[in-house]
This record gives sequence, structure tokens and C-alpha cells, in this order.
Amino acid sequence: MNEMPVQARNISKYFGGDPLGQGLSRARRLLPWGRQANGKGGPVQVLHDVSFDIYPGEIFGLIGANGSGKSTLIRILSTLLLPDGGDVHVFGLNAVRESGKVRSLINRVSADPSFFRNMSALENLLFFGRVYGVSPSDIRRKVPQILGRLGFEEERALEPMSHLSRGQQQKVAVARSFLTSPILMLLDEPTTGLDPRSKRDVQAFIRQVQQEHGATILLTTHDMEEAEILCDRISFIAGGRIVAEGTPLELRSRVARGRPVEQITMETVFMELTGKSIDEDEMPAEVLVNG
Amino acid sequence: MASNTIANRIALSQRRGSANLIWAFVERQTNLWKRYWAWELVWLVYGVVNTLAITFIAKEAEQAGITQNASSLVLFLLLGTLVWAYLSAVLDDISLVITWERWEGTIEHTLMAPVPRSLHLIGMCVFGILHAIVRTLLIFLIALPFFNVGLGQADWVSAAAVIAVGSISVAGLGILTGVLPLLYPERGTQMSFMLQAIVLLVSGVYYSVDVLPPWLRVFSYISPATYLLDGIRGAIIDGQGFAGVWDELLILAGIGVVLVPGSIAVFAVAERYARKTGQLKRQG
Repeated sequence: MNEMPVQARNISKYFGGDPLGQGLSRARRLLPWGRQANGKGGPVQVLHDVSFDIYPGEIFGLIGANGSGKSTLIRILSTLLLPDGGDVHVFGLNAVRESGKVRSLINRVSADPSFFRNMSALENLLFFGRVYGVSPSDIRRKVPQILGRLGFEEERALEPMSHLSRGQQQKVAVARSFLTSPILMLLDEPTTGLDPRSKRDVQAFIRQVQQEHGATILLTTHDMEEAEILCDRISFIAGGRIVAEGTPLELRSRVARGRPVEQITMETVFMELTGKSIDEDEMPAEVLVNG
Repeated sequence: MASNTIANRIALSQRRGSANLIWAFVERQTNLWKRYWAWELVWLVYGVVNTLAITFIAKEAEQAGITQNASSLVLFLLLGTLVWAYLSAVLDDISLVITWERWEGTIEHTLMAPVPRSLHLIGMCVFGILHAIVRTLLIFLIALPFFNVGLGQADWVSAAAVIAVGSISVAGLGILTGVLPLLYPERGTQMSFMLQAIVLLVSGVYYSVDVLPPWLRVFSYISPATYLLDGIRGAIIDGQGFAGVWDELLILAGIGVVLVPGSIAVFAVAERYARKTGQLKRQG
């Protein structure tokens, strides 16, 4: 079995061009009130021949502005979205044809904690642990340990998720993903919207778990400081294209042009290599498709 | 990471008991049910009121001299409303499998879990049937004192057999209607309710299917609810044993054998389409 955690080759993805949707769009455009605001109705390409490798045990950062294609890539790797072109292999398994096997090796933290809001943290963790094959007794044993390391008060695990703050919910989301001991972890902006203390707790936990268990991590973020603290290698994505890849030092060196690398911020590197600011949102695919 | 570690992880994942995975969904839905107890109370009150309101029509028919045999009509309508309360609870629970996840925002995390979709759907069906049994029994026990109906002739064993076999085919129908919210995130739920309404119309819930126009009666032959209602009424009103409801049992079993695997296969195709078009995500 191939030990390379991720091999992505020439991935492309379009939105808005599916046969059912196209048929409906065509019919709608015949009506005077059905024309789309931007005059576009066809498919919009959101990923353009994206290729990258993630090596065993590393934290690989995918950095880009909102709407640049980061979450689309994560959803493809999560087996929730099928690419329109190219190949994705996770530990040598085809993420499209062998999605069932791939799912048993991965887990994910998304920017939105995504829980059953009226169920308690423990009830949520019992469900999500069980569907990954963790026994209820193991879940009850591991949950206090993981939550404790994240600085989450154990007794609050019995409260409904809706009673918890955003930061506490995100800590439970991190606990959910590490509870199943995945060997490839997909972290999609895991600290977005967190207060500085919660952000530090989550970042420390990610680094600690990666060092202790040797899990491979794909981290998407638009927080440059976070990327520098956590990532072994970084890839910049803009407009659905990978525009640069390397260690933080290599990326700085590429734009240094004689300047001392330590004086160059990652924001500057990103701007020089992509021609855009990290805070400059790109047009999300849904807007391009629907007008 | 050694190759054998990865292979072991996959093998371990494939060895997990199906019953455990199915039970994970039953347990989760039970926890949700407990947390949303106020909603359950609303549906219970609605079910009782609906049952009483429709069954009182039989009393009115007797008072107005439309029928001489009111107790038979009372039992006919009472069983119709109870069976419909049961069927709609089963259909709702199963057909909302995707809608519920979208609403809670958990769709991506649930659907990327390494659980075969067939076991996920079976888990939802098991919960739907258990939930519907509890709710319908409560409606029955609350509504019964309002009417003077004789149940001495009822054959409860054959009635239970009809419910058990019929529930499987109704579960298949629920999975099929659950495909709509998967394909149409915004309108799919309404579309599945529309299909339920059609089942209500053609299956003889409040009247015999004989009163339907011939073109509409054709649909009653393919609705599992028609045979379930016939079987239940035969067992409870006419006291028919297994021999009397055998035809209904056979037809229901036949529909179940075709509909459950067929619906799971259709769901799998729809899920692939949703993965292709990026619809497996939360809305709003």
C-alpha cells in the first residue's frame, strides 16, 4: 500500500454545469424573468489542474483567500465532492472509487463546528465516535482526556451544544475528529472566529497530537501567523490554482530579492506571489453560477 | 506510517458490526427525540385531535341516519387514522434523513463517516418504526375511551404480523422519498410531503379504494399502504387470522423485497449525483 498520505494530480472542478441543473437553467432562461443577473448560466471552473503531494507526518498548509478553492479541495479529499478531472489518492487509495476505505482513514474539522445543537457534547461525541467504530466505553474514557487537553471544562460536556460558546463548540469539534485517531486529518480553518485563548489552545493541541501520533495534517487557513506556526510546508492557492509551494523559508526566499528573509512577512509573500491580498475575498462559485 | 497500519485500519473498519453501526443512528435519533420532546408533544396532540375529529364523522353519520352500523364505521375510521398516524410518522422520520442533517448542519460530518449508506438508512428505518409504534400506541390509548368500540373479535397476532411486514415496505417508500431532499435541497422536503399526500389519497385510509375513479384506483394497487390497511382492518374488524390476511402479507413482503433494496440503490445513485454537483453541504 502506498504510504503517501495525499497525491492530488490535475484536479479540476466545475460548478453549475450538471445535466439536471443545466436543463432547468436552460428552461428558466427562456422566461423573461428567469435570466440570470450576471448573464452566466454555464459551468464555472473553481479548480484548475490542482496538483500537490502531502508527505507522511507533515502539516501541510493550504493558504488562500475566501472563495479561492480551499474548501472545495477539502471536500474532495473528504469524499463529499467528486472532481470533474484529475486523480486524488489517499494512502494510495482512489478517493472516488474507494471512498469507503478512504473515509476510515480520515477525519475533519471545519470552520463551522456542525453539531446536533440540542444534543449534549457527549451525546454528539458518542454518535460520531460510534460511526467510526469507537466503542462507547472507549469514547467515555477518551473524551475527558481530549477535552481536558483542549482546556474544556469536563462537566460542560453534558450541556446541549447550543449552550456552549463558539470557542467551546470548536474545541468539541477538534475533540470529535481526534477521538477517532485519524491518520490523515483535514483541518478547514479550524480556528476561524475563535478568541485568542481558544485559538492558542487549539493550535497547541494540533501540534501536540501531530508530534505524538505522527498524523498527517492538511490545514487550510487565511491566517498567515497560524500557517507559519503550524505548517511544515505551505501551498498558496488563488483563483482555484496553486501558485506557489514550499517551506515558509523557501517561500520567503523566493520574493526576498536581496532583503533579509526574516523581515519579509508571509502576507507580503502571498501578495507578491498571487498578486492579491489574503483579505481580498474571491467570488464564491455559487455566486458566479447563480448570479 | 507503515503500510500494514493503514491496511489494519481499513480491515478494522470493515469488521465493525453492522448492528453497532445501525444502533448508533437509533441511539442518536432517540437522543434527539428526547431533546425535542416539546415537538413530540405537539405531534401527539395533533395525532389525537386528528383521530378524534375524523372518527366523530362516523357518529355524525349515525345521528343523521346515513348509516345504521355506526360502530363498524367508527372502527373503520379509527383504524384508518391510527394507521395513517403510524405510516406518516415512519415516512417522516425516514424521508427527512437528509433534511434533518442539513437543518442541524451535520450533513458533511455524517455522510463522510465510514458507514455504508445501507446501514445508515436501515438505522433510520429502525428508529422510525420504533418511534411510530410508541406514538401511535399513545394516540390509540388516548382516543379509545372516546368511542364505544368492541375489539373482542380482533386477532392481534395477525394484526402485528401485518404491521411488521408492512413496515418494511413502507420503510422502502420512505427511503425513496428521502431521495428528493438529496436532489433538491430547497424543495425536496415539500416534494416528499406531496408524495405522502398522494399515498394518503389512493390507499383507502378513510374510505374504501372502491370509491376511487378507476384511473386513480390503479395507484392504490402499487401503494403498500393499501394492503397494510386491508390487512389491519381484516385482522381487527373481521378477526381474520393468518389465513385471512395471507394475501396482504404476501403482497407486502413482495413489495418490501423489491422496494427496500431498490430504494437503497436509487439513494446511492442520487448521492453520487449530489456529490458530483456539490449538494452534500448544509444550507443556510
